[in-house]
Amino acid sequence: MAEALFRVEALRVELPDMTRKPLFGPVPRLEILKGLDFEIPRGAVLGIVGGSGSGKTTLGRTLVRLMEPTAGRILFDGADITHLPDAAMRPLRQRIQMIFQDPMSSLNPRLTIGRIIAAPLNATSRDPRVAEALGHVGLPAEFVHRYPHELSGGQRQRIGIARAIAMRPDFILADEIVSGLDVSSQAQVLNLLEGLVRDLGLTLAFISHDLSVIRRLCDRVIVMQTGRIVEEAPTEALFEDPQHDYTRELLDAIPTPDPTVRW
Amino acid sequence: MLDGRGALRRRAGLRLWLSAGWQAVVMLAALFAPWLAPHDPLAQDLMLGRLPPFWLPGTEPGYWLGTDSLGRDVLSRLIHGARVALIVALVAGTATCLIGSTLGLIAGFYRGWTDRIIGRLVDIWMAFPPVLFAILLIAVLGTGLSSVVIAIIVIDWTRFCRVVRAEALNQSQMDYVHSARVAGFSRPRTLMAEILPNVLPVIVALLTLEMGIAVIVEAILSFVNLSVSTDRPTWGGMIAEGRIAIHHVWWVLAFPLAALFLTVLSFAQLGEGLRDRFDPVLR
Amino acid sequence: MSAFLEIRGLSAVLRGTDLRLLRSVDIDVPVGTVRGLVGESGAGKSMIGRAVLGVLPRAVEIVEGEILLDGRDLLAMPPVARRRLIGARTAMIPQDPLTALNPSRRIGRQITDRLVDILGWEPARARSRTLEMLAEVRIPEPERVLRLYPHELSGGMRQRILIASAFVAEPELIVADEPTTALDVTVQKQILGLISELQARHGTALLFVTHDLGVVAKICDSLSVLYAGKVVEDTTVARFFEAPAHPYSAALLAATPRHTDPASSLKPVPPAVMHAVGAEIAAADRSWRPRHG
Repeated sequence: MAEALFRVEALRVELPDMTRKPLFGPVPRLEILKGLDFEIPRGAVLGIVGGSGSGKTTLGRTLVRLMEPTAGRILFDGADITHLPDAAMRPLRQRIQMIFQDPMSSLNPRLTIGRIIAAPLNATSRDPRVAEALGHVGLPAEFVHRYPHELSGGQRQRIGIARAIAMRPDFILADEIVSGLDVSSQAQVLNLLEGLVRDLGLTLAFISHDLSVIRRLCDRVIVMQTGRIVEEAPTEALFEDPQHDYTRELLDAIPTPDPTVRW
Repeated sequence: MLDGRGALRRRAGLRLWLSAGWQAVVMLAALFAPWLAPHDPLAQDLMLGRLPPFWLPGTEPGYWLGTDSLGRDVLSRLIHGARVALIVALVAGTATCLIGSTLGLIAGFYRGWTDRIIGRLVDIWMAFPPVLFAILLIAVLGTGLSSVVIAIIVIDWTRFCRVVRAEALNQSQMDYVHSARVAGFSRPRTLMAEILPNVLPVIVALLTLEMGIAVIVEAILSFVNLSVSTDRPTWGGMIAEGRIAIHHVWWVLAFPLAALFLTVLSFAQLGEGLRDRFDPVLR
Repeated sequence: MSAFLEIRGLSAVLRGTDLRLLRSVDIDVPVGTVRGLVGESGAGKSMIGRAVLGVLPRAVEIVEGEILLDGRDLLAMPPVARRRLIGARTAMIPQDPLTALNPSRRIGRQITDRLVDILGWEPARARSRTLEMLAEVRIPEPERVLRLYPHELSGGMRQRILIASAFVAEPELIVADEPTTALDVTVQKQILGLISELQARHGTALLFVTHDLGVVAKICDSLSVLYAGKVVEDTTVARFFEAPAHPYSAALLAATPRHTDPASSLKPVPPAVMHAVGAEIAAADRSWRPRHG
């Protein structure tokens, strides 16, 4: 098997726990991630699922180096990026992109859509890559003149996707990108993402609390609970034959839109 | 929905025009004072003392707003006083804004030790009583316009620093800032291109407020005779003089007070009006 | 059996405009049943809940219709009497357990205050009833919890407190506005189970606002599907999930994720359906003349 795109070894993240800060003396540390090992193969769509406080968002932000790991290693395409300084990280940034949960707060409200997509490319909003990216997410090129607050939630999230794919990345991290959307936009955004992953040969890590969405999109799933991976399996296997109690509990708790299925 | 916002904008527009209009009047007066003023603002003529404004009986032609106890023309003094007021507002306001906002942005965005140092400095600074601080400063620097400007900067930069820091901190936790990092932008570029535009409305509002405050501080210092020398008319100085003779010549107090009030008010309104009009998020 | 809550022809506009927010809404909630209000954001589902509780934002103006609580029209009553009736016989379960409790006051006082000050109970009775209620929502050590501050409890615990607080005065109607949206699925399941159980035991009428058809399937007896402030379908849960009658509600159901059947769920709403429902609303608007006053 070829070298995985991402390789994570014994990853730990600790944060200062300000809520328990004593009046004097050092701030106690809170362990968010307690030693994670996994790989993301090239071209895979990996689902990361867990409840609040499971550490899934921290894991995502550590992967894209928005947060600093305390221990362990992160290898991207064979290169160790665990503690790579900002300047050395910058050339790699183009290859590692992220789509955020809240499209309202992840798009600068005072910039036009054109500038939001063009800025990371060091281009102007007339750059053909901007229109191309908008085309990929099914939005008209005229949108470059609009501001984020003039769009609907689903459209904003598609702008978030356009910004990420305009960079032609190898890897995209999607953090709860449909949880704030209405079901109709949710379905649209997921279909779009599914198509883009296939057409552009992207590797995707998809963080979600919603197992039904994960089932639709991902080929492998990591289930997290309180900073640990409790189960990792191919999607089919995970849903058909969950091994860990917590996975079973999560599956049982999904409210299926079917009143005949007892809860 | 559209109707509601339209009405809001019309009102904002009117407010903006009124305050911009008054600012223009003050600005013109300050720029062309020697040509606009009908009389020498310092010329005393006891024969023409205590003339009332034009609509009252017993006026002399040419003295529209009357004269004070020494026979100096109130209108001319007001026009010349606008110079000091405007210089103080623009120079002191802008400089205060630049220094305070820069430190605030840096503290709020970079956090860590820079934030701690700047934060402590602000805390210590704010523990001094401001008026006493200003009087002490001017005692050291000597009176004069530049001392007044420096005093205002030294006292008031903390106001910008605190508010801008809080806002920058707030904005830097937004995902669009994280997204800029993921895109590979450097920190200074993120600060200038992502954070600054979002903090700018706050800075503009504070700046216009500060210009008004600067005018008031100058007037207070004039009032206690710590501003520019008495051979240069200022609104604060006029108010101080008018206060003494309020029973005989109320107009000497009333007109500079009105000018001061309108100017300070219009600065604040200008700030809000500009924000309503030019902030893409509110539009 | 007549419904405890009956909404008849309720229309609302944005104050001072002709922009319609609610379009002749009819909803019944009989005693002891759960009615789901479903729709996407902006459909007006929360607005209906707030209209019933008399807490509409000022910008929303009701132009016609009736809200009958036990046969009495809330909209025709003087404000003081209306407040008293709503306060005595209804309650709400809010969406966000983090902001619905005052962070600087103890849990106990936040529940008993209403009983003592508004309903005029003896403090001792209010306290013992509150303890009883906390036990009923299965909060361990209720005596101790009464003295805690909200931040000392988890999100799920806080939502239990809010449920206890809603049921404590035995209201006949409870309006629940997305009460589990902010919670983890596992906690959501417990909380919904709890609401269901209490509703059945106390025979409360429940108006349940949600965007999640999965939740509707688990907890409601009947549902109203809203689009742009109009009820496009009013049916029972059994019939709806068997075969939704309106094309829009059918599309909504097909868009809902279903992990047991990934291939046939998460279908985007076809543009033709959106056009059709938009045209339906435009047609209804053309024939609508508000009867003011």
